[in-house]
Amino acid sequence: MIYLDNAATSFPKPKETVEYANNFILNIGGNPGRSGHTLSTEAARIIFETRERLTTFINGKDSKRLLFTQNGTESLNLAILGLFKEKDHVITTSMEHNSVMRPLTFLEKEKGVEVSIARCSKQGRLDIKEIKRLIKKNTKAVIINHGSNVIGNVQPVEEIKDTVRDIILIVDACQTIGAYPIDIERDNIDILCFSCHKSLYSIQGLGAIYIRDGIKLKPLKFGGTGSKSEFTEQPDFLPDKYESGTPNTPGIASLLGGLTFIEKTGLEHIIKKKMALREVIIKGLSVINGITVYGNPDGKENVPVISFNMKGKLPSEVGYELNKKGIYVRVGLHCSPLAHKTIGTFPEGTVRVAPGYFTGEEEVVKFLEVLREIARK
Amino acid sequence: MQENRTYFLLFHTIHDVLKAEKALKRHGFNFELVPVPRNLSSDCGSCIKLKDRIEDVTPYIEDIELDRCFVFDGKEYKEVKLKADS
Repeated sequence: MIYLDNAATSFPKPKETVEYANNFILNIGGNPGRSGHTLSTEAARIIFETRERLTTFINGKDSKRLLFTQNGTESLNLAILGLFKEKDHVITTSMEHNSVMRPLTFLEKEKGVEVSIARCSKQGRLDIKEIKRLIKKNTKAVIINHGSNVIGNVQPVEEIKDTVRDIILIVDACQTIGAYPIDIERDNIDILCFSCHKSLYSIQGLGAIYIRDGIKLKPLKFGGTGSKSEFTEQPDFLPDKYESGTPNTPGIASLLGGLTFIEKTGLEHIIKKKMALREVIIKGLSVINGITVYGNPDGKENVPVISFNMKGKLPSEVGYELNKKGIYVRVGLHCSPLAHKTIGTFPEGTVRVAPGYFTGEEEVVKFLEVLREIARK
Repeated sequence: MQENRTYFLLFHTIHDVLKAEKALKRHGFNFELVPVPRNLSSDCGSCIKLKDRIEDVTPYIEDIELDRCFVFDGKEYKEVKLKADS
């Protein structure tokens, strides 16, 4: 079995992920901050500790502004549905995932929010001048996919903020968090949205959002928070305002394990190892006849997400052949129709390969070998 | 008389209770987390019961938003206003 679908979710997880989740399920198990008994408080301590560690990881100033969600999609929905009012204008790019495009399309239809899409190059690169050109008086925010989930190219977020200044910058960091250095202070990010089960190594069902001081969003959910229970109104203080209902505490505990693994191993080392695997794949693909690699494979600003196609074969056919040999990749549109239109692979899509920290070089070599066989057929 | 006094520090959210816990633990204060006394609030969470002098503690929790603080003299609870709370 060779797993090369780490852009969808990382697998396998570090042993710390499993240990921390197990410890919570076996020994703690309480509902955090709900009852005041020892197990409830212990569960709340795990969330508190994880919130603090994750905030430090992104160089956030106040851990109360880091909220846990179900996934990257929920974080983006909270940012988008919670921010825009009727007649607001928003700029996004032609490389976005449907977790941005679908809530925006909904707002366009339901609330008359104006959506402008900055066209990116065939290599997925955003031209900052294009963003500048689209800015209007009522532009409230710019939404950028930091690292493409289709071709892995990374956009220059800090330059974008320099251009848009007071306009709110929302960054979808699902592919970059844990795979590319992120510093919300240095990069001047106003709202950072990401999932935790990819390169932060939590189990599935966990995401997060960091909202800079001064930005108020309408909550996506209302309900029990374990605080101000005498009132039927949603509390206005953080983090409770945005975190109603029992959280995914086993998932949050597993994230604490994932962060512990990253700290022990070193983020730089993890990135280096994954990028070295990416190199091997790119080089291997370049010598197979009839293969086209998309994006900017030789560029430095990338995360280890590679898209390619094989001449004369549909991506689904290549994926089927690989799967028969126990090699797992993703094929199709990767929930990003606009990105495929941009790179010229709509509607068939591409074959996407994403190695992870636990991928062995021999596995990548085997994958290339099998691919050569498929190409000869 | 200070020895007989106990303080109850109430916060808006468990996040702040645990932030205060972390700060007080780091500086070796004498305290424990207890369920919020029902006569002080109908909240279902925890608060900090402090056995040390409140004046000694406040500099370390200045950046944490306090909901209310009560002093208990063994008979009754009285709300106190803290400088950090003003």
